[in-house]
Amino acid sequence: MTGGPTFGVGRVRWAWFIVAALLLLLLPAVTGTNTPTLLLIWALFALSLGLMWGFAGILSFGHAAYFGLGAYTYAIASTNVGESTGPLLLAIIVPAAVAAGIGAMMFYGRISDVYMGVITLVVTLILFKFMSATAGDAYRIGTARLGGFNGIPAFPVLNVPGDTSITIFGTPFYYLVTVLLTLCYLLCRWILGSWFGRVLIGIRENEARVELLGYSAPLYKTAIFTISAAMAGLAGCLFANWAEIVTPGVFSLGQSAEVIIWTIVGGLGTLAGPIIGAIVLGYLKLLLGQQTLIDNSLVLGLILVLVVLLLPSGLLPALTRWRTRRDRASVSKRQAGSTRRRRGHRGDGR
Amino acid sequence: MSETVVDTRDLSMRFGGVQAVNNVNFSLRDRELRCLIGPNGAGKSTFFKCLTGQIRLDHSHGRVFIKGQDVTGWRAYEIVRLGVGIKTQVPSVMNGLNVEENLWLSARRVNHREQAQATVAEVIKQVSLERIARRIVGELAHGQRQLVEIGIVLAQRPWLLLLDEPAAGITGAEAEALVRIIHEVNQRATVVVVDHDMQFVRMLGGRVTVLHQGAILREGPVDEVLADAKVREVYIGSRAK
Repeated sequence: MTGGPTFGVGRVRWAWFIVAALLLLLLPAVTGTNTPTLLLIWALFALSLGLMWGFAGILSFGHAAYFGLGAYTYAIASTNVGESTGPLLLAIIVPAAVAAGIGAMMFYGRISDVYMGVITLVVTLILFKFMSATAGDAYRIGTARLGGFNGIPAFPVLNVPGDTSITIFGTPFYYLVTVLLTLCYLLCRWILGSWFGRVLIGIRENEARVELLGYSAPLYKTAIFTISAAMAGLAGCLFANWAEIVTPGVFSLGQSAEVIIWTIVGGLGTLAGPIIGAIVLGYLKLLLGQQTLIDNSLVLGLILVLVVLLLPSGLLPALTRWRTRRDRASVSKRQAGSTRRRRGHRGDGR
Repeated sequence: MSETVVDTRDLSMRFGGVQAVNNVNFSLRDRELRCLIGPNGAGKSTFFKCLTGQIRLDHSHGRVFIKGQDVTGWRAYEIVRLGVGIKTQVPSVMNGLNVEENLWLSARRVNHREQAQATVAEVIKQVSLERIARRIVGELAHGQRQLVEIGIVLAQRPWLLLLDEPAAGITGAEAEALVRIIHEVNQRATVVVVDHDMQFVRMLGGRVTVLHQGAILREGPVDEVLADAKVREVYIGSRAK
């Protein structure tokens, strides 16, 4: 990174970063890792959308398509191969390749945002419907049966590369997810600090002007759409390993809607915001899931409406603004105090 | 005789029943300063958009050549990459970024990182944007945003500048400064200015092309063209002095 323009992307707050890393590191000592692992997977999923939407201005209404593709690709490949390294990579590559194709079609085709929303939504709906209708024995890829609405159960979970006898689950899986989320976060920071990332921010601000600067907006948009899908695919793969079953539910509209809500509530245009949004709302969803009095979606919808009305930029930007205001207020209070003291001294002298 | 750098052949564009550009054969020599004028609806901006790839053409619309290369049907970003700087009629800037960042994105495409920063500093000084360099562009007045867009164009160091209404919304002093900048840039680059502010066109001098009903009506030195009876009739009318 260089000095000069920051393009609204603040520097990494290393103190906060280290505190968060320490908390995540020590968490298994005080609680189980099952729920935290799921929340971090969701956080990775939200980060993938936050990068694309918050910084390049591309909203996908069907981001679950890539999450689900990652999950299914892993399940199918690991069932066939019997180990996890290749399938893990495939779970990143396949969603990325699909997104590259769809993205190129949409962005080079210069379709409007509304139609883009429709296409992304329809893609995930098609995948949901198709996967739900694959119950018959004919629907198999190699040795993996797609299983229709029941999905694919009992596929090999992640193992240490080169040694299928050592599987990664429980606390080691939690740490693996933590490390991958951290690496993805740092990758996003690096992207946003690069020339490529700054062009994306320019596209978010004014695509026509960026083209008049000589940049090919469709190329940049296709690239970030692909990167975002790759990250969503990784999240899907980790989810498959956490759940140890993959069902068409991973392509559901609910999944796509939730990640949008997490991102908005956490703070669009930030990287930490979607992570925080996913963790907070994801945890709330799990808590609400334990009761039957109130519908889960109703509460999430209500939170979204309240946040949009009261904190339109999301939780994290609102917190940041509040801190900045508080710091400014305390600085001016100190300045006022010292001015009063100086006047007092002068008065004593007289 | 310097080389022809822009050349249109039978360029036409129709929108429904309106013939916005009608068989325009326009050519421009290297380092020429040309003003394109005409009354409202004369087809200036449509012609400008055809030149800059903002309206996509096919060969049925005629042809556009830039430095001998047929750019008919090219997209705007491809034309810009030939070394063309484009300023649009309505300021097209990145409102959420500050002035420096707007210029940086422009300079960075044609420069290495360190050089881009140096170019930004130079342009900020050239266009007198020092006081607002760190201001968010969306918060600036219209005239200031016009200057920012001109800065964006200059930061690309283009050899051909196509400026659509650069003086719209700027003060008299800013217009004088802008004329000085355009003359300065014209020492090393070809400049086309589309405008209908006659005072500004006179200040710029150079050759003028008058468009009327999508076609070229007259071409020549500014004073000669503005004295032409036909031009006065269709464009300036009784207000002509």
